[in-house]
Amino acid sequence: MSSAVQTYSDTTSAVFGRLTWDSFPFHDPIILGTFIMVAVGGIALVAALTKYKVWGYLWNEWFTSIDHKRIGVMYMILGIIMLLRGFADAIMMRLHQAMAFGDSLGYLPPHHYDQIFTAHGVIMIFFVAMPFVVGLMNYIVPLQIGARDVAFPFLNNFSFWMTASGAVLIMLSLFVGEFAKSGWLAYPPLTGILQSPGVGVDYYIWALQIAGVGTLLSGVNFVVTIVKMRAPGMTMMKMPVFTWTALCTNILIVAAFPILTAVLALLSLDRYMDFNFFTNDLGGNAMMYVNLIWIWGHPEVYILILPIFGVFSEIVSTYSGKRLFGYSSMVYATVVITVLSYLVWLHHFFTMGSGATVNSFFGITTMIISIPTGAKIFNWLFTMYRGRIQFDVPMLWTVGFMVTFVIGGMTGVLLAVPPADFVLHNSLFLIAHFHNVIIGGVVFGVFAAITYWYPKVTGYKLDPFWGKCSFWFWLIGFYVAFMPLYALGLMGVTRRMSHFEDMSLQIWFQVAAFGAVLIGLGILSFLIQLYVSYKKRDSLRDETGDPWNGRTLEWSTSSPPPQYNFAFTPQVHENDAWWQMKQHGFKPPQEGFMPIHMPKNTAAGMVLAGLATVFGFAMIWYVWWLAAVSFGALILGAIIHTFNYKRDYYIPVEEVAAVENRRAEVLA
Amino acid sequence: MSNAVATPAAGNGKLEFLVRGEHHPAQGTLLGFWIYLMSDCLIFASLFATYGVLSLNFAGGPSGADLFDLELVALNTAFLLISSITYGFAVLKMQQNSLRGTIGWLAVTGVFGLCFLAVELYEFYHMIHVGAGPQRSGFLSAFFTLVGTHGLHVTFGCIWLVTLLLQLRKHGLIQENKRRVFCLSMFWHFLDVIWIGVFTYVYLMGSMV
Amino acid sequence: MATPRTLCKTLLASVLALSLAGCKWVVMSPSGDVAAQQADLILWSTYLMLIIIVPVILLTLLFAWRYRSSNKNATYKPDWDHSTKLELVIWAAPLAIIIALGALTWVSTHKLDPYRPLDRVDEGVPVPEGTQPLVVEVVAMDWKWLFFYPEQGIATVNELAAPVDRPIKFKITATTMMNSFYVPALAGMIYAMGGMETQLHAVINEEGSYEGFSANYSGEGFNKMRFEFLGQSEADFEQWVAQVKAQGNPLSRDVYKALEKPSIDDPVRYYSEVMPGLYDAILNRCVDPGQVCMKDLMKSHHAHHGEG
Repeated sequence: MSSAVQTYSDTTSAVFGRLTWDSFPFHDPIILGTFIMVAVGGIALVAALTKYKVWGYLWNEWFTSIDHKRIGVMYMILGIIMLLRGFADAIMMRLHQAMAFGDSLGYLPPHHYDQIFTAHGVIMIFFVAMPFVVGLMNYIVPLQIGARDVAFPFLNNFSFWMTASGAVLIMLSLFVGEFAKSGWLAYPPLTGILQSPGVGVDYYIWALQIAGVGTLLSGVNFVVTIVKMRAPGMTMMKMPVFTWTALCTNILIVAAFPILTAVLALLSLDRYMDFNFFTNDLGGNAMMYVNLIWIWGHPEVYILILPIFGVFSEIVSTYSGKRLFGYSSMVYATVVITVLSYLVWLHHFFTMGSGATVNSFFGITTMIISIPTGAKIFNWLFTMYRGRIQFDVPMLWTVGFMVTFVIGGMTGVLLAVPPADFVLHNSLFLIAHFHNVIIGGVVFGVFAAITYWYPKVTGYKLDPFWGKCSFWFWLIGFYVAFMPLYALGLMGVTRRMSHFEDMSLQIWFQVAAFGAVLIGLGILSFLIQLYVSYKKRDSLRDETGDPWNGRTLEWSTSSPPPQYNFAFTPQVHENDAWWQMKQHGFKPPQEGFMPIHMPKNTAAGMVLAGLATVFGFAMIWYVWWLAAVSFGALILGAIIHTFNYKRDYYIPVEEVAAVENRRAEVLA
Repeated sequence: MSNAVATPAAGNGKLEFLVRGEHHPAQGTLLGFWIYLMSDCLIFASLFATYGVLSLNFAGGPSGADLFDLELVALNTAFLLISSITYGFAVLKMQQNSLRGTIGWLAVTGVFGLCFLAVELYEFYHMIHVGAGPQRSGFLSAFFTLVGTHGLHVTFGCIWLVTLLLQLRKHGLIQENKRRVFCLSMFWHFLDVIWIGVFTYVYLMGSMV
Repeated sequence: MATPRTLCKTLLASVLALSLAGCKWVVMSPSGDVAAQQADLILWSTYLMLIIIVPVILLTLLFAWRYRSSNKNATYKPDWDHSTKLELVIWAAPLAIIIALGALTWVSTHKLDPYRPLDRVDEGVPVPEGTQPLVVEVVAMDWKWLFFYPEQGIATVNELAAPVDRPIKFKITATTMMNSFYVPALAGMIYAMGGMETQLHAVINEEGSYEGFSANYSGEGFNKMRFEFLGQSEADFEQWVAQVKAQGNPLSRDVYKALEKPSIDDPVRYYSEVMPGLYDAILNRCVDPGQVCMKDLMKSHHAHHGEG
């Protein structure tokens, strides 16, 4: 009997690895409820898509598209979906911490709470902020430099699907098995196989590893695009500031993400094959993990914020109706930040006990970063000075950002003073600080950018009323949610706590939870804004392609731009190329069109990324045969793809002429 | 004022804002591949750093001096260096537009690559056999990972090489294929450079501990 | 948009009221000299930075208001984009602040280095000649704190005591997870890591009971990984030691092995005597008989090599 059971379990584990019925959350009402909701929603969506016969359209025009604009939009949609997931985690944490005092244990068991704060961090950084930033660069950079696409269009599509694949794995962890209970950077020894034998850390590793490949390749792609594909005349010092920041960000990606890949690979070797990189025994060294992950992690912060600095530079000069003040100092500041971002990683763990000299070195390099950052703030300030500021929604976000971000910058520099960090490290003060810069910087910037470039993407503006609602809810919600955390940090309250004894702290957490609700209303207003604007699209329509009296080349083409972006490649003479064209009374020509050379759509990216997802899933669950098969298929698929030599085609001249003439009629 | 700044080079005062005629941006594949290699180089840098940190963590197990067979490693190094030279011949032949020569020298390169891998696998097998597998100590984990990652790269190089041979036979020395031969050439020489680091830092210095 | 603004005002008012209403701002008003210096440092750094932050915020709001498009009286210079003087100022001003702050950082980081033995027990009170610090060896375990007192020959779990105004030298390690040893009222934190030792020098100046805890998430039982830190008069401390000796059992290897098993929310435990070299064995990961200690591994390797 027992041997029969044994045989049975051997067979099942050979087929299903660690996957059993217990891996599904039938016993957890919260997760089961969520699962049912998601499943019903998913089925409804699939049914609707089938009913309205949009699968073919989605497949041909979007999923297999190598058009940088379509890919950019897909990144943004991914970011919005994951924002909802990440925010759901946030509000669950806030509510739990507001409740879990004294006799009340809150409504989340600790093992669930620990997964939620881990998932929140991972999702917000890797699958919200990154897709938003990469999506913006995808859409805007080629347009700003007068190119027709990126340097490697297929790779771009593949990168997107790899990112999406990571997101799929992380979403799966909600319903199949569990996610890591380790904090967003998964420090060993806690994440070693002895301490965390479950699948959670493996979900973490493979989701990030797969998404990381996508990010790295997209970094390579954009560096080459910006270096090689700028319109004639656009020298480096004539590039729009957003493109400059995008260049620096992508250089950072190329130089930082390999380290993440390496360190996650080492952690995998520890977990899967009993290597001793980060173990306590047999010569491992966990401090090395902390160093390596932050050598990636700190540049990552600048990967997120630099393009946002670019966004604000574009917006502030457009809505002030003025050239950007101090263009070259803005560029130098960006480059200085790029370089310095590699020299500061140790400030994340002053408390590890490096000597005073090492700690002061890293503290001071961190402070030095605030000099170019400060210069940037002043540059925006003096761009507003003697301008004619239109307070459209993007400009509101910008002013909100400038005020909020300097506060976050100040607390950041404070944390860079090692002895101050000794008392504030890992406290809620730290949590407040990085939300201060990430929400006040990246999130505000992304919403500003979405509002600013939305008419370019869709041809109609976003409804300003709901935009203002979203802005005020976010701004006030941010202060209400995070100022209490600063205070709690000064009371010595540490992060990642699932229960508190001291009842006097509860009111602060309740205020913070209320702030989170306000932020929730901000997100809701944004979604309503998308819907309302779509409904009112006829009255919000912009036919000119240049609704804000813009300055850079993306405003010179129609909204949405034709597939080929520009019928003729622009010739650039100075900064703010489109502004200069307008000053000279530029009129688009109506003749002399030529066929345009364009890359062909391909399903290869989606197929390969799909195989990578299967491979990741199989590795997580120890389904070795499936891992081997999917990995083999992945390699084979990539090889087969290289045998495809016919990757481009010409858009016939008649089609170009027809598109351009239609636009001329609209403009006339 | 902006007009003044933008005084055109063309003396007639009228600025041309469009490129009339077909405009092809510069080809970026080689630059892109080079940037990829630099990022790969950073993976190796991380692994070298890791090895540096753990290189004395023997945990009571054997050290490099106990394990490394420098003669074998010298042979291996010779295989890899020769394969780089033969790759160079392949590129020379390609520039003379000799398809047969290119394919021939590439095949020779591949054979040397496989020899390298065979010796490395033998070395690994031998070490694991005497109880010095990667699980034994931090030092051995770092050693196997660094050298193994290099070996994995050579393996992918060989797979790529075979793929390229098929593509050369099918399409000949067309522009795309030439570009691919150049890319693989960069990859192959890059692995050589990494190996010189491995040979010096891991094997030579490791034998002196 | 009036509603959210009013809401904001109400909230701000309530936040202010709260902050005045006697909350425990332990980080800013601690009871140990080291933590007090750290609190001062926070204040001074903040003041320094406010010199630049406040004008920036005010200027942002001022410019945003003054140059709004409806204000046709304001100057409008669409092509003004450069001023060498201004550029100098905007780079120099942050630079000046950072030079000041950098100097402060360098000095304070060295002065408040946790590894550096104290030279004063309170402001203006140097360490008396010949005073040896109280040594406490700290082990972060899953999920409780074990404290050894080599001088007194005792050990405790989840309770730490020290006499006021006597320097304390903590030697800190861990069994498995990385934790952070933190008593906000006493001094800043430092990590506790397996197979490694960190140090912290501190002094408590006021009698009382303070909270100590792990400030680095370490898994399931992290939340309850808290202990009470007692600052006591010399006499009370003697009495506390006597009480530990009277009430506790010996901490032998077997008792330690049982204690080592992961547990959550452990009660306070006293140990009247301690197996010799136990802390060292924990640090060098050789508590089990027959295990070679980490510090001996290198030696044995060299010996082994010397033979060959």
